[in-house]
Amino acid sequence: MAKITLSKLRHSYLPNPGPESDYALKEIDLDWSDGGAYALLGPSGCGKSTLLNIISGLLVPSDGKILFDDRDVTTLPPDQRNIAQVFQFPVIYDTMTVYDNLAFPLRNRGRDEATVRTRVTAIAEMLELTEMLNTRAAGLSPDTKQKISMGRGLVREDVNVVMFDEPLTVIDPHLKWKLRSKLKELHQRVKATMIYVTHDQTEALTFADQVVVMQLGEVVQVGTPVELFERPAHTFVGHFIGSPGMNILPCSLVEGQARFADQAIALEGPIQGTPQGKTEIGIRPEFVSLATSGLPATVTKVSDVGRHTVVECTAGGERINAIIEGGAPEKGASVHLEFRRDQTRLYVDGWLATTPEEAAA
Amino acid sequence: MKTENQKAWLFVLPVLALVAFNALIPMMTVVNYSVQETFGDNVFFWQGLDWFQQILRSERFHDALGRQFLFTFLILVIEVPLGIAIALSMPRKGFWVPVCLVLMALPMLIPWNVVGAMWNIFTLPDIGLLGYALNHVLGINYDMTQDPVAAWVTIVTMDVWHWTSLVVLLSYAGLVSIPDAYYQAAKIDGASNWAVFRFIQLPKMKTVLTIAILLRFMDSFNIYTEPFVLTGGGPGNSTTLLSIDLVKIALGQFDLGPAAAMSLIYFAITLLVSWLFYTLMTKDDLN
Repeated sequence: MAKITLSKLRHSYLPNPGPESDYALKEIDLDWSDGGAYALLGPSGCGKSTLLNIISGLLVPSDGKILFDDRDVTTLPPDQRNIAQVFQFPVIYDTMTVYDNLAFPLRNRGRDEATVRTRVTAIAEMLELTEMLNTRAAGLSPDTKQKISMGRGLVREDVNVVMFDEPLTVIDPHLKWKLRSKLKELHQRVKATMIYVTHDQTEALTFADQVVVMQLGEVVQVGTPVELFERPAHTFVGHFIGSPGMNILPCSLVEGQARFADQAIALEGPIQGTPQGKTEIGIRPEFVSLATSGLPATVTKVSDVGRHTVVECTAGGERINAIIEGGAPEKGASVHLEFRRDQTRLYVDGWLATTPEEAAA
Repeated sequence: MKTENQKAWLFVLPVLALVAFNALIPMMTVVNYSVQETFGDNVFFWQGLDWFQQILRSERFHDALGRQFLFTFLILVIEVPLGIAIALSMPRKGFWVPVCLVLMALPMLIPWNVVGAMWNIFTLPDIGLLGYALNHVLGINYDMTQDPVAAWVTIVTMDVWHWTSLVVLLSYAGLVSIPDAYYQAAKIDGASNWAVFRFIQLPKMKTVLTIAILLRFMDSFNIYTEPFVLTGGGPGNSTTLLSIDLVKIALGQFDLGPAAAMSLIYFAITLLVSWLFYTLMTKDDLN
């Protein structure tokens, strides 16, 4: 178990990278504390797997350092870092039994059979694999195979960090949920640092204490699930997290007032600095409500998603989603939209530019 | 519940007819010859299983069969490990992949009798490149028309040169189908190179290797053209393998009855060994 520090880390797959755009992973500084549960969240190609492979040692970064408990491990191979990794597709050794699969990492490190038996039995118990220890691993279902590959990581008592690279990709939907809660439970029991890479926000938000959101090789925000939801630092985070995502409306600034569709929109607080560039208003559908006065809009679509209704409206040529509890208007109706002021933010060139009233005061 | 659809037989019917025409009917002619004696003019005398008895008891057949098993054994023992070793050391990506693949495929593209002729000239003691080098440069007395050991070394080397590529290409196909994650996981699990070979590469190559071994067994067990062109079965009878002997009996001596009986025994042995091998190799997969 270890604290992980990423210091000025950068990576390019090109031999002689030049401009910033050559880097698959842009400069990143992060501290992960011992025993935490972290998620790397982002769309395909955002650099999250590159980052994961750098941490596991499968890839040596172009620049920067990785420290495990202040020990520089940047150039160490994976087997000397004491890490474990669970891959997208379950990796199991076909010819071995489940027991031998779990024992493999220990035997490779020359542990005696008594220690191997104790560890394997304990881990099998934890993962509910005890009954199948003596069956051959080849014919098992994908979720069991994935549990075995997890087990191979956890079986070593000295493991620094366990990494999951989209581990639920090939698992049936109804088993995903089960395996996800198993993971969470495991984290609480073994207290190892865990890093979970995914493009699925539900997986990231339910698993992690801290989520690192990445886009185009860049870390856009690090925060708890609540922080990411409530104060997205970037429109990308606002859009990527939430269902539906944050409404992002292009606006103009007139004397420090944000204006959208000829209406002044009240923001949560003062704007930092003098904004230059593209200005946008960001508001989550959860905080848009129907009112008797406010922004005039036309309802274009109503979808009942169970607990609540998503009302899609058009105003000023833009689409705005609102989440409504209870009775929803008809399609085509003219309505007025009200934005909750303390949840209405301004973004300049994609980045959050307002501070809340109380913080500014 | 699996429902059985009998209509599938209709689709197999044309193939069945074709196979009957070009394999079953000729085969039955051979069976017909094997139990009769003929002196021509389409006059046949019933012979029962006499020919089979005669062949199975003949020393000549025993010797040829022994030579055949020795040859096939040497071929498998050399070509399979060598093929795997070459496949393992071939690059898996980059510029050299197609170069290696083409180089590997080249020997297999050469017609069999051309291979025989090539090696025949190659090993001539006075003008052949190899023969001359061995005799006159290195001073090793090498003449495969005189020395049975030299003849054996030559036909085995020729077959290794001609057919190891098949094992290489099939093993290589098995190797490249292994996802990178397996190697990464093995690295993380601290597996040695041997463990990676034993628990990842070999199991993943098993299916293609089974096919490679089966093909090499059948081909080397039935080999005719190359040794026939190269040594003609000599010196003496030292490289007279089963098929060479069979042709001698059938077309040289025109003993159609014994030759037919020998063909059937030959066929039965090939079939039996192939079946045994395949059953043993795939036995695990069924469980």
